[in-house]
Amino acid sequence: MKKENKMNNNYFYIPQLAKRKRAEKRFKFIAAMALTLSIAFLIFFLSDMFLKGYSAFNQTYIKVPISITQKTTKMPHQAIDRKTYSFMISRAWLRSLPRLIEKNPEWMSTSQERWALASSSVDQYIKGKHTRLTDIQKLKIDEMLKNGKVETRFNRIFFNKGDSKIAEYAGFIAAMVGSVLTMVATMLIAVPLGIMTAVYLEEFAPDNKITQIIEININNLAAIPSILFGLLGLAVFIVIFGVPRSSPIVGGMTLALMTLPFVIVSSKAALKAVPDSIRQAGYALGLTKWQITRDHVIPLAAPGMLTGSIIGLAQAMGETAPLIMVGMIAFIPDISTSFTQASTVMPAQIFSWTQMPDRAFVERAAAGILVLLSILISLNAIAIYFRNKYSKTW
Amino acid sequence: MISRKYREGSIVALLMLASFLTILTTFGILFSILFEALQFFKQESFFYFIFGTQWFPEGGKFGALPLFAGTFYVTFIAMAIALPFGVFSAVYLSEYASKKTRNRLKPILEILAGIPTVVYGFFAAITIAPAIVKFFEVFGFDVSFQNALAPGIVMGIMIIPIVSSLSDDVINAVPQHVRHGSLALGMTKAETIKFIVLPSAFPGIIAATLLGVSRALGETMIVVMAAGLQANLTWNPLDTMTTVTVRIVDAMTGDQAFDSPETLAAFALGLILFFVTLTINIFSVQMIRRFHKKYKISNL
Repeated sequence: MKKENKMNNNYFYIPQLAKRKRAEKRFKFIAAMALTLSIAFLIFFLSDMFLKGYSAFNQTYIKVPISITQKTTKMPHQAIDRKTYSFMISRAWLRSLPRLIEKNPEWMSTSQERWALASSSVDQYIKGKHTRLTDIQKLKIDEMLKNGKVETRFNRIFFNKGDSKIAEYAGFIAAMVGSVLTMVATMLIAVPLGIMTAVYLEEFAPDNKITQIIEININNLAAIPSILFGLLGLAVFIVIFGVPRSSPIVGGMTLALMTLPFVIVSSKAALKAVPDSIRQAGYALGLTKWQITRDHVIPLAAPGMLTGSIIGLAQAMGETAPLIMVGMIAFIPDISTSFTQASTVMPAQIFSWTQMPDRAFVERAAAGILVLLSILISLNAIAIYFRNKYSKTW
Repeated sequence: MISRKYREGSIVALLMLASFLTILTTFGILFSILFEALQFFKQESFFYFIFGTQWFPEGGKFGALPLFAGTFYVTFIAMAIALPFGVFSAVYLSEYASKKTRNRLKPILEILAGIPTVVYGFFAAITIAPAIVKFFEVFGFDVSFQNALAPGIVMGIMIIPIVSSLSDDVINAVPQHVRHGSLALGMTKAETIKFIVLPSAFPGIIAATLLGVSRALGETMIVVMAAGLQANLTWNPLDTMTTVTVRIVDAMTGDQAFDSPETLAAFALGLILFFVTLTINIFSVQMIRRFHKKYKISNL
């Protein structure tokens, strides 16, 4: 009835037009929804990581009575009442007890209450996560919590220990140091080579078939799956050249080849942005092509090259698959400080923690992800800062 | 004067040498993989490798068909997510959004592209896969924790920015006068996009899709962490499946000798992966070139 009225009153009313307008609205809505959902994915994703990972930055400690005798230095497990406390104390802490006694000789032949690192199952229970504790054990922990014998502190172990098979004792620092070493090796190879290639292609290369082939090849290289670079690293660097397996140097070489196309493309863009008038001014003053390039074009393009290199570095830092191929998922309990020692990197450490059967490692992996993501975000922020600070419009 | 000329020449030669390294890398990858793969095909039949349906390296059976099928299945799921989300996001950003919103939202979308794949893998294995299991158990399905759906979905999310940023580029490259012509004829904006802009940008969107596919085929960490190891030829997305990259990683992280058949088989799989992704990439670059030629844009 209402529709008929509208039609009678409005001379210009065309039913098809209304339909088309509805279709228009629907289309716009679908497009907006697609974008909204994509961004919602991102928000959900990041908050999920945060919720899973932030609790790993705290660690539970328990106050337990220990009695120290001569025997304890040999068999630290006997220092505690094993029946009551064995499930709540970390095995790693007990193992380190003899060293503590050595440092504090006055402890000998005393009984005292000390704060001890809690086992991962107690830790997970306190944090309200999935745990293997029985109900009786849970009651016991609840009681201790009431008496103030359980507390959570900032997790220093995570930031100053290497990997461990014991979840509560596993730290991220060995992987962080490994990542830094690998990135240094990557950048030392990729940045000079990338910039040299870009300078050649942009400033010197004649426009012929060979140059075209190189350009197409760089394009293709960027699209090759990263895992194949790992196969190359394994078959060429390790098997043929004999570079030590699992070392930052072999990881760096492999990643350098992978980052190279990115560095070349961004450096080329930076060189292209330098106006030709600069070059022509140089020629007019009688400079050679290399002198102009070295003294004028490259310095002007440097901020752009730097930005590109930092973003390339951030990409390489998150890469895992090729490094697994060259053996960088080794178990590294100690911090390695040499380029040829076996080491691991942050993403590989996250991967190997995810593969552990103990659920307590999941939290560590998520915390590792938070550390990795914050480093990547800061690198990108630095790159954007440089771009904004030094970007020039000619 | 002569010394200057020589110095100049030697520097240019040095720069040229550096640029040849990229070619060397490509051939290095090709030959190192090809060499080991040929050794594998000396021992095993090529025909069975491509068409055989049993993959049991321990039992000496190397039929990679279930691996290829699994790879394409996961890729298909990923593209089923990435394509609509990517293209529609691009349409909204380039046609509807104001310049201010566009400048704000585009970098946010690009964050998705910068997240390491191991993080996506963690997300797929720890968050999405259990959620899928719980969801389908309500309907009484028997779902594997290592189902193909979880890595597929997460891979799709990862590829959204790849598809959207390339589609955005090509949609923006469609000349404005084409749109004006359509609007002048009384088409609505949605009709202009549907019948004029998107068909014009079609080769570019195909190219974006192909790049997404090539990314998905070679993606490793997400499937290693969330998909299974078992070679399984099935249509059920809730069942466990394995992919080419998963088996490569598995062969390389085991303790087999470097020249064991399983390791060599991984190189054979790598060879197939190399050629498939290379072909797709060359094809997609060709597509973009053709598109740019059509509209006389000369920056590619």
